[in-house]
Amino acid sequence: MSAPAATVATAEPTGGDPAGLRLMHAEWTKIRSVKSTVWSLIAFVVVAIGFSALIALVISNTWNSPGNHPNHATLLNDPTAVIFGAGLGLGQLAICVLGVIVISSEYTTGAIRASLLAVPHRIPWLVAKGAVFAALVFVVSAITIFVTFFLTTAILRSHISISLGQPGVAKAVIGGILYLTVLGLFAMSLGGLIRHTAGAIAIVIALVIVVPPLVGLIPGTIANHVHGYLPTQAGQLVAQTSQQSGDVLSGWQGFGVFCAWTVLLLAICGALLVRRDA
Amino acid sequence: MAEAPGLIKAHELTKRFGDKVAVDHLSFTVEPGRVTGFLGPNGAGKSTTMRLICGLDRPNSGTATIGGLTYAQLARPLHVVGALLEARALHPGRSARNHLLFLAETQGFAPRRVDEVLDLVGLRAVARKRAGGFSLGMTQRLGIAAAMLGNPAVLLLDEPVNGLDPEGIRWVRTLMRQLATEGRTVLVSSHLMSEMAVTADHLVVIGRGRLIADSSTNEFIQRSSDRSVLVRTPDADGLGKLIVSAGGTIEPEDASAGNGTDDPGASADDGATSIVVTGLPAPRIGELAASASIVLYELTPRLASLEEAFMELTADSVEYGDSTARAATQNRPSEQPSEKPSERSSEERSMS
Repeated sequence: MSAPAATVATAEPTGGDPAGLRLMHAEWTKIRSVKSTVWSLIAFVVVAIGFSALIALVISNTWNSPGNHPNHATLLNDPTAVIFGAGLGLGQLAICVLGVIVISSEYTTGAIRASLLAVPHRIPWLVAKGAVFAALVFVVSAITIFVTFFLTTAILRSHISISLGQPGVAKAVIGGILYLTVLGLFAMSLGGLIRHTAGAIAIVIALVIVVPPLVGLIPGTIANHVHGYLPTQAGQLVAQTSQQSGDVLSGWQGFGVFCAWTVLLLAICGALLVRRDA
Repeated sequence: MAEAPGLIKAHELTKRFGDKVAVDHLSFTVEPGRVTGFLGPNGAGKSTTMRLICGLDRPNSGTATIGGLTYAQLARPLHVVGALLEARALHPGRSARNHLLFLAETQGFAPRRVDEVLDLVGLRAVARKRAGGFSLGMTQRLGIAAAMLGNPAVLLLDEPVNGLDPEGIRWVRTLMRQLATEGRTVLVSSHLMSEMAVTADHLVVIGRGRLIADSSTNEFIQRSSDRSVLVRTPDADGLGKLIVSAGGTIEPEDASAGNGTDDPGASADDGATSIVVTGLPAPRIGELAASASIVLYELTPRLASLEEAFMELTADSVEYGDSTARAATQNRPSEQPSEKPSERSSEERSMS
């Protein structure tokens, strides 16, 4: 607060870091320095692991109850869908929320102005933000999914043996991680398009859990295909152990469709980012 | 592109929001080495112009350059331009230090530069606290820290003294003067004329997005002044006749102005009368008085205050003014108490 003497100084660039690395470093500082990131990820980990373990316990404890045998068939046919279904079905909403917040909070708080003063090129800014966020979601999802897998298989071990070596299981586990990572970017692009946290979260959650069952209610093969090509409906196929009857796409095809949706939205987001005033 | 690195140039800058023209073919330059005040009533387009210079908004037409380059062409923009645009340009959940840290990282500055600017603005002690809990004054200081992060040649400060206490206002003034003395370009917006009178060397005045004046602060006041002269003499009748025959007009000084400028006791005692002369310069009045051997107790050219000059210039361009206020400024009684010339000149001395 004394006389403003120290204006001269060490503002010389120090590192020969390429611009891309500098931007990613800055985005990492941003994402780790707000509580919403930490809380969203804690919510994701707790819900995903907790609900999957809970369902596994219920299945295990009611294994021999009469009327449960159809469930056994599903479990044998597509064990990862059962293992991940409950936990990831809910937990993914935390990733959606975080994906939206990562970009919409810049607008709602005004931090976008500071960000774009430092980084006037908005496409590199968006790419750096997306890369850092995707990497974070990938790592957290990988840890969560492996913990969920080993925990639930351990709970069910006395009734059914599920291992990564069985056909389709390793693919489904990796697919779950990839699905969540792309889901984060999908939500992020909508956050950048809509710019308002509440509105963007409402739309993402509607797209993820409200629209697919509604479209699924419409009878007919066209509706069936529309349903199959919906972003998250297609994306989740890759987390299945085996293709189910009624799926119009294979696991990797579905993942490709989901990626295409996400790339499209990111491209629109980028184009609008350049055109719109901050 | 042999322009000085700190020269800001707006050329035919135009920005529309829907039907509303916020900035209308605005051209001006801002030179390094002095504080340039960017004045205008609320809604005149000051903030929009600053956002256009920084590339936050895209102009509909025209260009804004810094040292011949657009903002987006600057390789490390914070190293060239430091901007304090709006008080809240930060995430309330992020600490002051992390806010500055991520900005430094985008430019490749060392983290110790963050500590330096925190010291500069006196926020070191609260550096790890959430910026959302800061007072308006502390937020402004953090914004100034962010602007100073890159030790830039150009500073754009949008209403920097908003919300600051008197000590903070003095601090910002001193900082701006120092930065200009160091040869930097300082463009500071304000709707407070009195603030600019003591801070700015040069003024760019806009109203409704258009340029109204671009001149030195002194020139601005001179040009917009009433050019009236206050004369106090025991022989007002005699002098009045001379003035009228020489082409001037006289009117008695109104009471409020007299109270403002003179010691009322003195005017009661000395038997003199104050008159206001327009249409003749002060030296000519002095010559007329001397030729008729009329004693003058006072001969004071009156300058409008910057506030009045501004009101006069922008009376037609107030965006959100109510009509009565506008009429009042236009039909303003000829005098309001103007500042004493002696006060003004001391301010000018302290400025330079």
